[in-house]
Amino acid sequence: MRTMKLTLHIWRQENRNAQGRMETYLLDGVNEHMSFLEMLDVLNEKLIKEGKDPVAFDHDCREGICGSCGMVINGRAHGPWYRTTTCQLHMREFKDGDEIYIEPFRAAAFPVIKDLVVDRSAFDRIIQAGGYISVNTGGVPDANTIRIGKETAEQAFAAATCIGCGACVATCKNASAMLFVSAKIAHLGLLPQGQPERMQRVLNMIAQMDKEGFGNCTNTGACEVECPKGISLVNIARMNSDFLMAQLK
Amino acid sequence: MDTTKQVPGLLAASIGRKIVMGITGLFLCTFLIAHLSGNLLLLKPLFDPNDGGKAFNEYAEFMSKSPLVRIPEILMFIGFIVHIGLAAKLTSQNRNARPQGYVFQANDGKTSIFSKYMGVTGSIVLIFLLIHLYSFFIKHRIIGTEETMYDTVKIAFSNPIYVIFYVVAQILLALHLNHGFQSGFQSLGLKKNPKWNALINKTGLWFSILIPLGFAIIPIIMYIQSIA
Repeated sequence: MRTMKLTLHIWRQENRNAQGRMETYLLDGVNEHMSFLEMLDVLNEKLIKEGKDPVAFDHDCREGICGSCGMVINGRAHGPWYRTTTCQLHMREFKDGDEIYIEPFRAAAFPVIKDLVVDRSAFDRIIQAGGYISVNTGGVPDANTIRIGKETAEQAFAAATCIGCGACVATCKNASAMLFVSAKIAHLGLLPQGQPERMQRVLNMIAQMDKEGFGNCTNTGACEVECPKGISLVNIARMNSDFLMAQLK
Repeated sequence: MDTTKQVPGLLAASIGRKIVMGITGLFLCTFLIAHLSGNLLLLKPLFDPNDGGKAFNEYAEFMSKSPLVRIPEILMFIGFIVHIGLAAKLTSQNRNARPQGYVFQANDGKTSIFSKYMGVTGSIVLIFLLIHLYSFFIKHRIIGTEETMYDTVKIAFSNPIYVIFYVVAQILLALHLNHGFQSGFQSLGLKKNPKWNALINKTGLWFSILIPLGFAIIPIIMYIQSIA
């Protein structure tokens, strides 16, 4: 088993209104089998023992499906691994003596609450604006009464795998939320249950997205690269054409 | 679901502005094709020693006199103004969307580099455009001159600094089109099918190479002729 000594540069900020700064910590004995979050747990235990304030960071399931964790590691949302959330990034990626920069997701619409924790409730408000269907679609067996082609089901499912972590916003040079919003719009827009409200949904969700102060997509594709679930840019094309349809109707 | 939300004007929503950006960008691409077709007449004297710029002068005369050209010309100016104005608006919104940047700057190694510098390449192309308009369009159509258009071009392209500036601007135009062409289709929501996407990307790549190359080759040839 390999252990390593790391130099960590971490963004520390007491609260929403405080002035933040990067602080440096030395951490010895980091096990290569630790996840990135476990490494931070070890750092926090050390800080607590020293009577210092531990580093605040978001986490929940720690198995890559909840979308809670998220930080920018050496300039990459969720770190350097492809299609991986921060909790699934493991320390074997790093080597002894490495310096690691850990920063919160940066966007005007994601204000820092403390250290690495950002307020992502803007995403909740976008979902509340239209990321659902208003009718009851019944229990599980009823789902099979509406037949959906394999390809459509797969496309809708691929869009539905978005965990709403916000890595797309964090990595986009414009802090645009269009990959997230388009995944939600496409997921419902591809299915028959989503059709009656399809146009209204696009208008409502885009209006809320704009209100939250996210930037505009410039089709660089950076979001698709960093998305831990591999949400495709094709969803943005779907959203754009639905918006155009809503205009023409 | 809240059904009171009305369809906003195209320019009132972020996606709408992106769509207009795409439409105007692709419209300006068609203008590039028309402009280049005309410019290629500048090379006619190479193949026909009796021409002496006559074909190009006739084309320039047609472009400045024919009422048929006025409508596309006005549309083109509107296209430029809207494309540039929206670019400024979108860029300022994008800046505001991330007031604090990252300490550690990284590249994922997969995204297109040029897509990140559309503002830079676009601004330099705009500076070129203004100088270009001044040297040819304004000189002939607004100020007025005794020179034929062919002579004006010939004089301009015998100046090595102007030629270098022109070629550099074409390289930047190529980088701008490299991202812009396919990006326009994406903004219009037309890149939904992998087969079409590949065709759009390929067409965009060749468009971004061939059109600026076509423009750039003319001053280079004319400069070589002028010193020969």
